[in-house]
Amino acid sequence: MAALLESLLDNKVKLSEVLLWLKDRHACASQDFPVKVWKQEFVPFLLNFLRDQSSHTLTHGPTTPAKTPSTSRSVRTQCSSERRGNKSTPVQGLRNTSRIQLFSPVPSTSPMGERSEQETPFPGSNSFSGVSALSSPSFSSLLSPAARNTPNERRSAQRHSLGDFMTSPPDAQQHKGRRRSGGFGGSANGRHSGSRSALTEEGGRWDGGGGGGRRSRGVGRIETVSPPTQVQLNFNNLEDFPPMAAAQASPMTTKPSRRINPTLVSAERPSSKPMSCFTSTPVSLSASPPIVLESTTAKPNFGSPHSLQEERELLRRERSKLAQQTSSPLKTTPITCTPTKTVHRQGSKVTPDPQAPCPDPDKVTQTPELNLLAELYCTCISENLVPCVILELFFVLQLLTSRGVSVSEPTEEGVSMCERSADVLEKVYLGNVHNCVYFAVRVLEHQFELVSHLDKCTLRLLSENERVGSFSPALRDRLAQAQDNCTSNDLPTPPLFVHSVPFQPATDNRSNFSSDRAFHTFKKQRDVFYELLREWEDAHKEPGWNFEAAIGNRVRMMVSQLTAAGNHSHFARLFQKQLIQMCKGPCILGSSNETPDADLLGMLGADSLGRLKRLQQRLVQPQGLIGPCPPPSFPGHQEFFRDFLQTAGCCQLNQHLKDGLCQELLKLDEVSILGPDASPARGEETSDGDMEQQDEKQRFSSVLLMARLLAKFLGFICFLPYHTSEPPSRDIQDAAITLRSKSSPVLDVCAVLRSSMHRRRTILTVPWIVEFLSMLDYTGPFLPFYRTALCLLLYIYKRMVLGRGDELCYMNQLLLVAVLGWLFQIPVFPEDLFFSTDLEEEIKEMENNTGAQGLDTLPLVDQQLLYTCCPYLGEFRKLLAAFVAGSTAKSGGLIRKITPTSAEPRGPSITRSQQKLQVDLEQAFFHNQPPSLRRTVEFVAERIGSNCVKHIKATLVLELVQGGEKTLRDGLGLDGVNAAKLNDSICAQLCDAGMQALEKATRFCSEYAPGAVRALLPLETSPAVLSTAEIITTRLATEKACSWLSSNITMLLKREWKTAFERVMKSLPSFSNLNGKEGEGASKSQQVQRSAAELSAGSSCISDCTHKVPLGSEVMIEIKEVLCVAVGPRVDEEVFTVHQIEVLLDRVGQTLGCRKLLSPVVEQMLLRCTVQLACKLVSGELPLVSSDQGNKKSTLLDKFLLLWGRSPASPAPLHLLLSEPTLTATLSATDSERTDYLFLIKRLVEKGLLKEEEVGSHWSKLSLLSWPEESVEKFQQLSLATKYQVPSMSNQMDILQVSQ
Amino acid sequence: MESAAAGKDVNKMRISRAEYKYMSRFMEQLRPTRQCMKILKVQFPNLSPSTLLSIFSQEYQKRMKRSMARHHAPDVVKWYYQRYRSEAETRPTAPLLLELANEVDLSPALLARMIVECFVEEREASVPSRHVINNMLREPCFIPDPLLAKHVEQCTVNDCCYGPLVDCIKHAIGLEHEEILRDELRERNLSFLDENQLRAKGYDKTPDIILEVPIAVEDHIVHWIESKASFGDDHSHHTYLNEQFWSYCNRFGPGLVIYWYGFISELDCQRDRGILLNDRFPSDITTLCQRASRL
Repeated sequence: MAALLESLLDNKVKLSEVLLWLKDRHACASQDFPVKVWKQEFVPFLLNFLRDQSSHTLTHGPTTPAKTPSTSRSVRTQCSSERRGNKSTPVQGLRNTSRIQLFSPVPSTSPMGERSEQETPFPGSNSFSGVSALSSPSFSSLLSPAARNTPNERRSAQRHSLGDFMTSPPDAQQHKGRRRSGGFGGSANGRHSGSRSALTEEGGRWDGGGGGGRRSRGVGRIETVSPPTQVQLNFNNLEDFPPMAAAQASPMTTKPSRRINPTLVSAERPSSKPMSCFTSTPVSLSASPPIVLESTTAKPNFGSPHSLQEERELLRRERSKLAQQTSSPLKTTPITCTPTKTVHRQGSKVTPDPQAPCPDPDKVTQTPELNLLAELYCTCISENLVPCVILELFFVLQLLTSRGVSVSEPTEEGVSMCERSADVLEKVYLGNVHNCVYFAVRVLEHQFELVSHLDKCTLRLLSENERVGSFSPALRDRLAQAQDNCTSNDLPTPPLFVHSVPFQPATDNRSNFSSDRAFHTFKKQRDVFYELLREWEDAHKEPGWNFEAAIGNRVRMMVSQLTAAGNHSHFARLFQKQLIQMCKGPCILGSSNETPDADLLGMLGADSLGRLKRLQQRLVQPQGLIGPCPPPSFPGHQEFFRDFLQTAGCCQLNQHLKDGLCQELLKLDEVSILGPDASPARGEETSDGDMEQQDEKQRFSSVLLMARLLAKFLGFICFLPYHTSEPPSRDIQDAAITLRSKSSPVLDVCAVLRSSMHRRRTILTVPWIVEFLSMLDYTGPFLPFYRTALCLLLYIYKRMVLGRGDELCYMNQLLLVAVLGWLFQIPVFPEDLFFSTDLEEEIKEMENNTGAQGLDTLPLVDQQLLYTCCPYLGEFRKLLAAFVAGSTAKSGGLIRKITPTSAEPRGPSITRSQQKLQVDLEQAFFHNQPPSLRRTVEFVAERIGSNCVKHIKATLVLELVQGGEKTLRDGLGLDGVNAAKLNDSICAQLCDAGMQALEKATRFCSEYAPGAVRALLPLETSPAVLSTAEIITTRLATEKACSWLSSNITMLLKREWKTAFERVMKSLPSFSNLNGKEGEGASKSQQVQRSAAELSAGSSCISDCTHKVPLGSEVMIEIKEVLCVAVGPRVDEEVFTVHQIEVLLDRVGQTLGCRKLLSPVVEQMLLRCTVQLACKLVSGELPLVSSDQGNKKSTLLDKFLLLWGRSPASPAPLHLLLSEPTLTATLSATDSERTDYLFLIKRLVEKGLLKEEEVGSHWSKLSLLSWPEESVEKFQQLSLATKYQVPSMSNQMDILQVSQ
Repeated sequence: MESAAAGKDVNKMRISRAEYKYMSRFMEQLRPTRQCMKILKVQFPNLSPSTLLSIFSQEYQKRMKRSMARHHAPDVVKWYYQRYRSEAETRPTAPLLLELANEVDLSPALLARMIVECFVEEREASVPSRHVINNMLREPCFIPDPLLAKHVEQCTVNDCCYGPLVDCIKHAIGLEHEEILRDELRERNLSFLDENQLRAKGYDKTPDIILEVPIAVEDHIVHWIESKASFGDDHSHHTYLNEQFWSYCNRFGPGLVIYWYGFISELDCQRDRGILLNDRFPSDITTLCQRASRL
């Protein structure tokens, strides 16, 4: 590996040969080179080499992590953090500071960050969010340029720093270079300095232990090119001066370690050379054993389980230690930075950035070598030999934007020293900004196609980047051009509030439950669930809020009720639907998409954008760069669902969810997406196909996004039981593997993958499988089953060479490459896997298996989908924007967060336009309707829209073109006509006329859409729903047709006209008169009529009732007032006139006359009130003003009779009139009142409202009362006088007498 | 002009929380009689009588609930009854129960109920059923003691917050406003399902109205409408939220609550979450596909 590179640089081997070798599909060793090299060794070596090379220069931004041999990653991180550290604490002690700075922002990145930091030593293990991207995984290559063993590394670092102190800067450089070269381990054979060999011992020890570090995440070391100036050595600092041999034992020692000695691997090899392993850490200074290896070499034996596992184990420990350090700012950390650097930085940075050396093409040195490296590197990228293409691109952009090294004298010196070095590999090629930028630009030129598929904003930033401009104007121009082809995109805005899952009687009503109790319990559970969700929304962002503490108990209580009621399946369904509702991403039906960023950029250009960005980022951006390979996370509302499941810890629920998710996933995976019509007459159809293709694309993207979401949760639930905060030890893991490989996995991922490959549907399947597998626990990848799945993915990745599309669309490929590359970088992915060779076997069978046309060949992915699935692609933009903003230097690439309190608009009300409102209303309309309604509407709209376009092509376009032909022929007949001019003018006319297509389309759609949708909906659909569905269908169809037409009709006409014109011109000599009719052919659209409104309301009123009557409640209140006065207590002024009472009774009458607002209860109460009122009246309790009341009173009484007699169905409680209190009151009243009373009773009996017996029976009660004799007599007389016999009065008299 | 403006002001329905607090403090000492309503109308001329009554009634009910335990302690009940009996002998024509109710700050109707219960229990030597008691309160003539009947009637008729008549009035008001709501909807051709139809379909929670085709009110989507013929104060609103409104949201999406007698304006703060408050049928309605109106 190293030897090969060396030979290349020395021109001993031809570049073209190497490139050929790299492009060759097989991983075999090359026969032609002086040294035997395996691809899987060479590539990581090269990657690590480049990172090491540039480590001095890259001082900003997140590291390009690396599971790749990236040294640089860590270095960079370190540096940037250091900068910040310096800023905040200008004085020493930065190390700690910088540490803190470096990692503290991380938690905010991922929702879980905070927690995991506190609770789990190794972020990402327990909670998925874990590892901050900054400290992203490193490459674990077995072959990193520097062999690293963690402890060793640390050691070496230490040493290094010490050395730096003592040596002159150039020296230091060299030293480093050495170390680096040590990385190639074997290859750099023999030329190891003393220090190196000293290190070897340790390395050896590690070898023996079989352990090797694997990735060290995020921890980096700082290397600066510049010499250590004033440094104060702190001898008490264990970091700087660790006790001997403390290395691996004490956490402190280990921490720093980013370097893990790959020794392990070497142990496996016969020659036991320290083949640097792909361990994570790249950087390397250090310590690889001076043993010669590669060159002699035997074939590396990667797979030896034993050593690997041990190594793994060690790595794991390392990792967790690292993580611990990372997470706890308090610990002083092992930064690996050499003191030197720190110091240096301090010095230079305190002053406000004089920095930013301006890269100059003229100052580039070693151009040939750089070209060679660039080409090698590009080939690795193009051939997918690197584990993550995106990561490499990010690295390149970092190089492009590096400001790191100020071109201070010492640096120059250093560089020159290096250049002078005899060893080509020891030379520093990327040691200064000029070279870095040159290299980066070269790579970008090579990778232009890839770059050009990035979003518009990134392209613009790139094209306006002055460095690109000055190093390659051609590239700048191409980028500028590429922008234009780019459709801008932006991430969709999430829904504004909780849209609940609609209640659907078909699945949710009582008949779907086993018992009433289950039904009602579920009713409550649904409400509790939403209550929790709302509470979470309100509170989860507040500092100190904790899911478990705040709502944990309520979650469990609710879930335990589930168990009691056996409602798991219902709840699981609700849960899953709500999850989809809230988290599936962009909504589909809506059309308006704002793209503020791109628009702004367009308006302002990069310059002003720089300023704007600075402001905006300070205000809005939550955090800065997170790097291109963030660990899996649960953004937004997903966090709630994850925490809910975690907290609920309910196995039944999880099982139901698993079932549901699996089913849904497999269903989605089978979804059929139509390709463009495969008809041979494709030329004809293309444009139309475009439109349909749009719909299919949208459908595809919604399916894909949903599948990814569900797969992530399925994975989460499946692997939840196995999640550990730390990677398990080797033994435990072995046991777990044995145990777990016995049971079958929840979802047969391999089968799904194979079938998907077979049917060429990987574009749909792979992204969700990636999500699923990203949830694996530490042991998972080692289970044979999942290992196979991962190998399949590796296979797919390696075959998916961008741009070499066997019909595969570039964007499709890019999506796959991006998600796969991401997967290979996340923490749980085993480091050794990528470069291991064992997949060859796995795959053989797949080779010839490419079936028919599948989804993979359809252009389904667009930029929006790509960015939605891979938000980390936005990191490019951020990196470039940060560069523009100049914040790179100031904040070390990390943008600080300032949370604005009022900057963002609060409610939707302000921003919502009417159009948006209509769209929302549509969404809302479908919400509570059965899902089939929506499907039908969308389907019909799509078809009608498509038919409409076809129709217009067949009619309008044809007619116009024919008309044009006629005009043309006529025109050509005239003298002195310029055919070309005529052509142009006719064409223009046609295009103008073409605009009527929109109008026609509108008419067409409103003519046919309603009928079509009507025919497809159930007959029973209510008229309002039906007509709304028709209207929506019409609108959608019209919109589809019109939007297509407005953007394509002109083109279509031009094309048609062109052929027509040519035809005419050809036939010119034989002038024939075509009879084209120009015409509108306007078909009259018929307005669809629907029966207007429904039914007159109200039921059983009197026939011509207008329902305009006093309200029952009002009338009752009025009567109540009167009664109040009647029963007292009252003051003397409180009296009523007869007229007042009459009016009141009239109102009662009206109210009772209209049934519309009258409930039986109210009616009864009203009647009762009137009877009571009558009682008060006849007993004289009601204070009536005594003005000639004689006659009037009887008319008043008649009104009562009228009221009571109006509805036999609801009789008034007339017995009140005969009740004791009434009688008593009447007897004690005046004669006239008694007369009234008897009159009333008499009339009632006459009218049949009271029966005589009834009266009689009440009358008899008189006997029970003790009345004054005269009263009774008077009453009797009166009754006789009115010819109404009081029955059995004689009896009563007797009794009375007796009582006397 | 001025009077017109003043007239408009009478319809004021939304009250700030501070204002409401002031009102409730003012009401603290009032008794539930027609006199008190007169006082309130004078004191708060801007508010409609219905709103005033609704607010007072709710505040009074809260007061009663707070003191419920105190009045219902067995010895207290006994003391009330004995005092009534003894006074009934000495001055039977006075409004004894009303006086007593005012004196101890208990709703007259509630006191009447207690006394009737005691009376019947004493007479029948058993605990009377609710049904019997309700009948006696509704039609005091069923009370075997005419004097007590008279006093009870005085209580139930005068009480403006409790009692069969008031209950019925409230019931009527509720129904009437639901019907008014339906009228408004029909008038605008908005198709809906009402509570009964929903129940028939097996819905577990049923707002008064579910619109078949949602509308937007003041730019907020509305799927369902709940009519509340009362004033929306903090207490009742929160109860409704938990028992009804959120449940509706959870099933049918965002909706509208109409508090016909007004509400505390600060409560209208969940618009973005799907609960919109109004004090009348909204005038600013956007319907889906307004173009459709031509059809």
